[in-house]
Amino acid sequence: MSVVGEGSEAEIQAAASAARDRLNEHTLKTVHWHFSDDTGCPFWLEKKAELNFDPLKDVKSFDDLKKFPHFEDEWLRGGPIRRWVPKGHAGKPVYVFETGGTTGIPKSRMVIEDHWTDYELFSDTLPDKYFPRGANWLMLGPSGPRRLRLAVEHLAQHRDGICFCIDLDPRWVVKLIKKGWMEHLEEYKKHCIDQAVTILTAGHDVKCMFATPKLLESLSEALEEKGTSLAEVGITGIFSGGTEFTSQWTRFCVEEMLGGSPEESGIYMTPTYGNTLMGLACSKPITAADGYKIAYYAPQPRAVTEVVTFDDYDQVVGYGETGRVKLYTLTDEFFVPGFMERDEGERERPFQTYPWDGVSGVRPFHELASATTVGVY
Amino acid sequence: MITLHPLRWGKQYESLEFNDVVHFDTGEPIARIGTVGGGIVARDMRKAHLAREALLEVPTDELIAMGKKAADLFENATLSVGDSQQSVDDFVHQQSASTGLPEHMCRSNMAKNSFVLSRMDEILQCLTRGLDLSILSKGYGDEGRGVTVSYQAQTPVLGAILPNNSPGVHTLWLPAVALQIGLALKPGSQEPWTPYRMVSAFMEAGVPASAFGLYPGGHDAGGAIMTKAPRSMIFGSAQTVAQHSGNPRVQAHGPGFSKILLGDDIVDDWEMYLDVMVESVLSNSGRSCINCSGIWASRHTQEIAAAIAEKIGPVDVLPPADPNAQLAAFTVPAMATGTWSMVEQDLAESGVTDMTSQFGEKLIEREHCAYLRPMVVHADSPDRAVASKEYMFPFVSVVECPQDEMLRRIGPTLVGTVITSDEKLITGASRCVDIDRLNIGPLPTNRLNWLQPHEGNIIDFLFRNRAYQIAPMPTAAST
Repeated sequence: MSVVGEGSEAEIQAAASAARDRLNEHTLKTVHWHFSDDTGCPFWLEKKAELNFDPLKDVKSFDDLKKFPHFEDEWLRGGPIRRWVPKGHAGKPVYVFETGGTTGIPKSRMVIEDHWTDYELFSDTLPDKYFPRGANWLMLGPSGPRRLRLAVEHLAQHRDGICFCIDLDPRWVVKLIKKGWMEHLEEYKKHCIDQAVTILTAGHDVKCMFATPKLLESLSEALEEKGTSLAEVGITGIFSGGTEFTSQWTRFCVEEMLGGSPEESGIYMTPTYGNTLMGLACSKPITAADGYKIAYYAPQPRAVTEVVTFDDYDQVVGYGETGRVKLYTLTDEFFVPGFMERDEGERERPFQTYPWDGVSGVRPFHELASATTVGVY
Repeated sequence: MITLHPLRWGKQYESLEFNDVVHFDTGEPIARIGTVGGGIVARDMRKAHLAREALLEVPTDELIAMGKKAADLFENATLSVGDSQQSVDDFVHQQSASTGLPEHMCRSNMAKNSFVLSRMDEILQCLTRGLDLSILSKGYGDEGRGVTVSYQAQTPVLGAILPNNSPGVHTLWLPAVALQIGLALKPGSQEPWTPYRMVSAFMEAGVPASAFGLYPGGHDAGGAIMTKAPRSMIFGSAQTVAQHSGNPRVQAHGPGFSKILLGDDIVDDWEMYLDVMVESVLSNSGRSCINCSGIWASRHTQEIAAAIAEKIGPVDVLPPADPNAQLAAFTVPAMATGTWSMVEQDLAESGVTDMTSQFGEKLIEREHCAYLRPMVVHADSPDRAVASKEYMFPFVSVVECPQDEMLRRIGPTLVGTVITSDEKLITGASRCVDIDRLNIGPLPTNRLNWLQPHEGNIIDFLFRNRAYQIAPMPTAAST
């Protein structure tokens, strides 16, 4: 494998090789957990009977996961939700997080502690200078049965802070867009931003926040209209996420909205990529010198992203080439042996911090783009 | 390949994101456009007042003179557009290549835009009914009757979400500059050519660059213009028009459902008006809202339909550079196939006859585009669904309807040409609120007199006539 980034070629090569070994070992352990009668969940134990191979014997490496059929997220629609709870976790409190659901039955994923673990790992990537420990947080994103809302709250608590939240129903937002009720959409956005401005100007010592790009834009605008700014109300660290997170948007955000690089503006903003199935992928630090390129790296070995060819989803594209994003989730709570994400992007090389493949230029998969409502809140 | 960059109040912005503009027939990229998101638009719109202030620095008569110069440059000069020098021929080739419109139609739309701009002084005089334009600049003044009149600008800039495939509509935003109102334009993804070239011509003619914003992008950019500009115009479907109905901030332009009504007094001589009907249906490949989609008469409708079909039915696809080309391509083939499905539904209704059936296949599918060849259908009653249809190709329904029912059955009609000498019908048409532009006599629906308002008077849209009273200040006792 050819690798680039900090450190010498040989060092990154060695790190990548070690990471692959860890992934293979982790894969083996995870598959055994999910397909053993005493630890697996009813869904996968039933599925095992439909497979033309024995996962317990025939999966010996990460590449062997390609023996599984692609994970269909339709399997997540409808219950009983308990069929996804591994027997090995019996008796533990279970969360359910939903995705979609504007009309019809939403997709549900059960979680026990995965969202905590993912965000604790993510926490390690945040610079304390801009995300000070003990500082309070604002969660400017969807509320309701969403993983993100509880995950951000846990992140704040993990960093000794308290998280303030707003009420935001993304399903209503999607309905407003579909109905073409743009004035209502604008008013609802204002309603959400008003809540955020109230929190930020109420003396709660909020320094860190999560926001989607659109809400961050609106918040910044609302604060400026009041004669203040994100910096003036005390924000120093922002993490953001969403498919509309492009290099151009990042450039706009850093250069115009925040007022320059972290050294100039005092605000550090980092993009993330994730979903209810996988968790959270971090970005390689973004810089103007690198054209604000955003390259995401999954939290391997708990989750893996691949960029695969459009005509063969088992075939990884070459570095720098374009393909569809394929996700794997390999935790002891949830097993996804290859899910075709609704996004496409370019395959990125490993580097010192993340010695495994990443994906850049993430955007809606071109064959589905017209049917996808992105950036709704 | 030409690259077009967003323009932020006169300053070129080099975006990191680009969309390709592709050739309608080959799918090959012919240009790339840098795009911006709604955040940049919203941020710029907070400085929109500076666009108007820059224009207010230039007297109106000078702006009109600059407009005349810009009209000439637009139509005849080689101009800086994006990162290239663009000749007139380049413009025509590029516009034809991305929109699928035959080149001679691109030239005629170019001439139309130039003509309107070159006569802006007369147009504004008519639209303001002779108002001294300094009253619009200053906000108030005396018209000479000893009464103060006031027109207050309702917006510093006019926003416009421009269409992809109709290069003729740009005449509608052109008056803004002379009215000292800036422009925030979202060019259509397949037809960025006219706004870019026109803005370049304006700037070359001396109009302050800071009056212009060009914001190519997705719905997000368009949405931000509509949300932030106190006045904007949008071009779209009937659904788009309905969505903005009653919103005083938005002037929505959509299908026209333009019609020709033949009075009982002249209908027996219908052949005299055949050329008027054919031009109204076929011009500009039937793409415009001012193209005729319905011809209504009480009798001879089968013969009228057959005669029009005889003239336009044989029209076939020709290369875009062919001076005889009459048909524009559907650059999104699915639009043609979707339209054809709707037409097939229309034809399935009893009482509806395809009068062009003997002229061969209508839907012509190519690898990257599609065409629909002209169609004339006969409807034996206004009750037929096809009587109120309009499609984006030369398509007309000839509808049999008693004269005394016509005006209450025609429905919304952007241009209504009523061919008659019957005073009762003329009076009725003059009073009919379903007709926007009324032509009495044999005027093709596509021939507009630009000295008259189009879908509302832009002066009324951009300015508000309000009271303004002035009393002399008493002299202070201490002085």
